Amino acid sequence: MKFRLFAIGAAVAAIAVTTACGSSDDDKSSTKPDTKASFASGTTMAKLSSAGKITIGTKYDQPGIAYKDPATGDMGGFDVEMGRLIAAKLGIDKVDFKEVISKNREDFIKQGSVDFVIGSYSITDDRKQIVDFAGPYYVTGQQLLVAKDDDSIKGPEDLKGKKVCSVTGSTSIATVEEKYGANPVPFGTYTECVNQLTGGSVDAVTTDGAILLGYAAKQPDKLKVVGDAFSTENYGIGLKKGDTAFRTWINDQLDKSFTDGSWKKAFDDTLGKSGVSTPEPPKVDRY
Amino acid sequence: MSVLYDAPGPKTRRRHMIGGIVGGLVVAAVIGLIIWKLDQEGQFTDAYWAPFQNSGVWKNTLLPGLRYTVQAAVLAIALAVIFGLLLCSARLSIHPVIRIPGVIIIEFFRACPLLLMILFFYLAFGKTLGTLWPLVLGLMVYNGSVLAETFRAGINAVPRGEVEAGYSLGLVKSQVTRQILLPQATRAMLPAIISQCVVALKDTSLGFIISYEELIRRGKGIYESYYDIIPTGLVLAAMYITMNYSLSRVATYVEGRLRRRGQKTVKPDLGALALEDAVR
Amino acid sequence: MNVLRHNFGTILDGFRETIALTALSAVIAIVLGVVLAAMRVSPAPPLRWAGTSYVNIFRNTPLLLLFVLFVFGLPTVGVHASFFTRAIIALSLYTAAFVCEAVRSGINTVQAGQAEAARAIGMTFTQTLRYVVLPQAMRAAVPPIGSLLIALTRNSSVAEAFGTKEATYVLDSLGRDNASALYWIFGGIALGYIIICLAIAGGFRLLERHLAVGR
Repeated sequence: MKFRLFAIGAAVAAIAVTTACGSSDDDKSSTKPDTKASFASGTTMAKLSSAGKITIGTKYDQPGIAYKDPATGDMGGFDVEMGRLIAAKLGIDKVDFKEVISKNREDFIKQGSVDFVIGSYSITDDRKQIVDFAGPYYVTGQQLLVAKDDDSIKGPEDLKGKKVCSVTGSTSIATVEEKYGANPVPFGTYTECVNQLTGGSVDAVTTDGAILLGYAAKQPDKLKVVGDAFSTENYGIGLKKGDTAFRTWINDQLDKSFTDGSWKKAFDDTLGKSGVSTPEPPKVDRY
Repeated sequence: MSVLYDAPGPKTRRRHMIGGIVGGLVVAAVIGLIIWKLDQEGQFTDAYWAPFQNSGVWKNTLLPGLRYTVQAAVLAIALAVIFGLLLCSARLSIHPVIRIPGVIIIEFFRACPLLLMILFFYLAFGKTLGTLWPLVLGLMVYNGSVLAETFRAGINAVPRGEVEAGYSLGLVKSQVTRQILLPQATRAMLPAIISQCVVALKDTSLGFIISYEELIRRGKGIYESYYDIIPTGLVLAAMYITMNYSLSRVATYVEGRLRRRGQKTVKPDLGALALEDAVR
Repeated sequence: MNVLRHNFGTILDGFRETIALTALSAVIAIVLGVVLAAMRVSPAPPLRWAGTSYVNIFRNTPLLLLFVLFVFGLPTVGVHASFFTRAIIALSLYTAAFVCEAVRSGINTVQAGQAEAARAIGMTFTQTLRYVVLPQAMRAAVPPIGSLLIALTRNSSVAEAFGTKEATYVLDSLGRDNASALYWIFGGIALGYIIICLAIAGGFRLLERHLAVGR
């Protein structure tokens, strides 16, 4: 009896120890790494480049932006492509993606669990107190996703009394309820909301246009994004506070990608598939 | 069961056969209707079931999800046993200053919805703990409270004579508890503890709401790519049913063996939706 | 504390949804559970098999999975119902399996002599069940059903992730907006649930005493 208890206890401990808290995933970068890159010693770029690997924090569940395919385990999406671009410019072939969720992004950056975070990460003054931002590399705002054949909703003014889905506790759901008189339907994730939309249980889904474009890109014959943005979100790359050298360098790379076509290519390959035309690249904020 | 109807004579046998055939047809019709409706909506097309023939899906998504589920359940039950033991000893203490808070804690955690507690732990401590520990903590306090009551029932199931004999030999309360009560009580509680494991396994699914990567959340990832919600749901259900049914059979087997040895067993707490039948 | 006071209306609305969910699901679950129990003890093998399968399937599947299947799956097969209705379907189907087991164990507590006497005076299976066995079985099944209803109240909180704005949803949304007052919000909502559970427990104990028969 005693030995059995001990064996059970050991098994439990073994299982507990193999807890993978936040799985990292190996990734083969699709952009060719720039092996000629060299950096001033002591900078983050030099450290990452010589180490030959980088850990990028991103989302796993936002199609078109930052997404992990459940069958292959591969990462895809506009933000993922931009992340790979930066890694390639560092001469790194092996990118480790780590899943972050909205709650723990700042903590992961502070603790150094990730080297930077990219993935519908809006630049706000509150967040700037804890982390630094490079970019923005994309500007979006709150918009509406409706069924392709639904013409009754052209913008937020048409929302009165309509069932609008968004994520519990998000600013998007509060805005449509308070400002536009919509009937809010909260769910846990945007994908569940989109599911309800295609099933006909809700009239619209609302959140950042970039996220909505990702869903429209996956089902362009069933969904469309309507209306002008009724808020502004600047997507940026979050990194350790005070690392000005790294931030300046990333901003330089972003500027280059705006002009040399790689930014456009990343967009067309991902969000562009929703049928929307490629927007103008934003202006990087070097504060 | 056979008390309710007599050994059937020829007329009754014929009536039973007719009734059985009619009943069987009704059941078959209902099931057939469901399958037909699903087929109408194209739920059986290959495209929907293809992901499950793709071994990549199993390797990268479903099996890790299963591992995370079992991991959370095992951690939760192990901690719940410890927590339950502590609560139970508080509950059985002769000092009211320890006993009353013990009762309050047990009843509080048994009345609170599990999801409420998991959400609370996540919103309060999620930043530092991630997603696994709020789930485990929530499961621990709930299952611990239920187990505390089970332990209490187990200890009360030991015949009083044993305890009195212990005291008459001059043993102190702690010695009586440790050397006489616990060994017998543990054997009595074993089926109930196993049933509680089934409950814990099922409840790990609530981690889905705080983004813990357990089985159901992984399944969501699949149907979000392939839009095959019903096939995914059926596959997941099959996995859970297999796991839980086997565990309950283990509990029944253990209970049977114990009963043959003459050991009285404790019924699990139905308030915890435990499987009373598994212990019959 | 102020958060609780300002949002008292929202919290009450949430609990109203919870009570509505619980009450409606309870009624359906008890009726369905009794039917299933009757199926499980009936002499017709197909009915027995159907009842046993139902119980094994719905007892071993997590409630969350049932919610996922019904809330996301029903529209896929063309059934359009409100989120509230879908939640009730999931909750009642799940609880019915447990009610069936409670009623069945109640049936087993009825003394064999009762059923034998009923047969001796010529009652059929249905008559035996209806007039002799079930009334006594239900009396024995009242305490477990009370526990099941308390569990149902706790399970109704799962609906918060599926478009139903009941009490736990109030914690989720208020807790995210007012992170500093989280402990107060949790305390208030937990208190609400405890009050409901105590009310159910008290009501059932009264019912038990009312139904108690001297033997």
